Amino acid sequence: MLAFLVKRLLNAAGVMLAVAFLAFMIFRFVGDPVELMLNEQASQAQRDELRVRLGLDRSVLVQFGTFVLNAIRGDFGISYRNQQEVFTLIVERFPATFELVLVATFLSLAIGIPLGVYSAIRRRSFAAQAIQFVSVLGVSLPSFALGILFILLFSVTLQWLPAFGRGETVALGWWTTGLLTPSGRLALILPGITLSLFQITLVMRLVRAEMLETMRTEFIRFARARGLPDHAIHFRHALRNCLMPVITVTGLQIGNLIAFALVTETVFQWPGMGLLFVQAVTFVDIPVMAAYLIIVSFIFVTLNTLVDLTYALVDPRLRQDAMAGGAHGR
Amino acid sequence: MTTPEPLLAVRELSVVFDTRDTALLALDHVSFDIRAGEILGVVGESGAGKSLTGTAIIGLLDAPGRISGGEILLDGQRIDNLPPEAMRALRGRCIGAIFQDPLTSLHPMLTIGDQLIETIRVHLPLDQVAARRRALDLLHQVGIPGAETRIDHYPHQFSGGMRQRVVIALALAGEPKLIIADEPTTALDVSIQAQITTLLKGLCRDHGASVMLVTHDMGVIAETADRVAVMYAGRIIEMGPVQAVTRAPRHPYTRGLMASIPSMQVRSSTLHQIEGSMPRLNAIPAGCAFNPRCEWASARCRTEKPMLEAGAHGVACWHPVGGSAHG
Ligand SMILES: Nc1ncnc2c1ncn2[C@@H]1O[C@H](COP(=O)(O)OP(=O)(O)O)[C@@H](O)[C@H]1O
Ligand SMILES: [Mg+2]
Repeated sequence: MLAFLVKRLLNAAGVMLAVAFLAFMIFRFVGDPVELMLNEQASQAQRDELRVRLGLDRSVLVQFGTFVLNAIRGDFGISYRNQQEVFTLIVERFPATFELVLVATFLSLAIGIPLGVYSAIRRRSFAAQAIQFVSVLGVSLPSFALGILFILLFSVTLQWLPAFGRGETVALGWWTTGLLTPSGRLALILPGITLSLFQITLVMRLVRAEMLETMRTEFIRFARARGLPDHAIHFRHALRNCLMPVITVTGLQIGNLIAFALVTETVFQWPGMGLLFVQAVTFVDIPVMAAYLIIVSFIFVTLNTLVDLTYALVDPRLRQDAMAGGAHGR
Repeated sequence: MTTPEPLLAVRELSVVFDTRDTALLALDHVSFDIRAGEILGVVGESGAGKSLTGTAIIGLLDAPGRISGGEILLDGQRIDNLPPEAMRALRGRCIGAIFQDPLTSLHPMLTIGDQLIETIRVHLPLDQVAARRRALDLLHQVGIPGAETRIDHYPHQFSGGMRQRVVIALALAGEPKLIIADEPTTALDVSIQAQITTLLKGLCRDHGASVMLVTHDMGVIAETADRVAVMYAGRIIEMGPVQAVTRAPRHPYTRGLMASIPSMQVRSSTLHQIEGSMPRLNAIPAGCAFNPRCEWASARCRTEKPMLEAGAHGVACWHPVGGSAHG
């Protein structure tokens, strides 16, 4: 277990280093930072001085080293656009994105799992076929189109839900949450559903496929032969066997959701990291772009590693080491 | 001699598989009884319909398979046409089942205790504590050493033989009167097959359960069963007391089956494999299904289907070994 842990951590560190290099290349070579930071009238002396101050006169390797060390400390430099620290800027936006992703993930599991189970055990029923059909639609419809459709229907026409923004938020330390106010919760609904739709169909199809496969196994046949009732067979035995892939995929998808939240955030003017990034791109705010890349990758890699470790915890067969000697785990 | 009502009576049972254009006949008018406390061995080559018979009895036949005729009676009550919920309540409680592969019969993510306790509580009115006590008792009975700690272990922590013992405990958990054991030792190491068979036989005797023991090992049948039914291409072609059938097989196929097992050498001049193989469901020959492989086949065998004789040792053959041709 320890060797496994160390291996996974080294792996993660390697990936992060590669991403940092990419971000560094963008930072260093997409446009000249000095040109971007000073106005046209700046003198050559001023330019040189800034160049030295930014460390741009040193070798690329030293610059990269400094870049990585700074990044580890959370120092991504100063935003070109509003002269604020990039890290603070992104951290401020993180709770908005995270809550959106959390809601989307929750919806995808809460809706996707029951639909998946249902369409597997009532495979031939009309409802199951209909769910399958709608899920195909769900996969093929781009989320921004759906978001705009939702805004038109629920905000403009029916005026039930807000079309943009987070509503009122409450500060809990550095974290701001929209979950504690009515307007904050209302504001989460449309973007949350929009972001989760693809995810719902994904979870549903995964659960369905896994359930159908599990229902054909010998241990389900033996459970049926023992006269266990259907609900126990479906939910206790079969679904349990499907949960691991669902955990894996959901965990991995959180990274994707954070990345794809960019589109949803743009449509709903949701003040998250994605919107910040889109704005940074418009203003060629390179430090913000580089930092976004690194932070989102970091989340990605962290989740990946966590999922692997969870996997080892959930599946008793992978827990073998911990169980050796007859000790009963947990 | 009065014949008490058999525990299980299978009457003219037919099973078909629906395909796009036809229904393939997989079990063809199968009839047999199992009396209380009796062990009926069922033998035959792979594909003869042994498992299908067991599956039909426990009501787990899934589409495209279905019972197309006949009836199954347990204690004189028909069970082949029960509503699903009634049939479910019967499974595990009245009829237990053991399948071939102990490695895949247990849920890999539930401890054996969880699986035992769940099964016990479905069938018996016991609380968690009492059910656990009964689970431990069952584990002791099937010979799991250190049951007190082993009960909380997962299947992967047991060897194949130990897992099959757990499977047997699970099958007995609801105190069924009939156990259908479908090749319970085939997947196991040869060295422990005999142990498991002996265990199964002893436990069923102690619990007063009858057994339908499916196997293709005539040796196991000879040591374990009271009577034996020989199946070929979806039919029972010979049935009788185990001594009679193994010592004096009457059907040429049974004779071949015995002769192909070195330890079971009947007074046959040559030890030989039966030539050819069993027909597929869509190519079952007319008349006696065995006729293309039979050295005694006559014109009649190719056109007329022989029926299984009634009586203690019956055969479905126009030219049975040892004479007394029927029909
Ligand atoms: N799902 C199925 N669809 C079509 N044919 C089947 C199916 N299951 C079993 N069969 C056929 O039924 C026959 C009997 O099978 P089975 O009872 O498993 O034989 P065995 O005697 O080896 O246990 C075989 O010819 C097999 O091909
Ligand atoms: Mg079989």
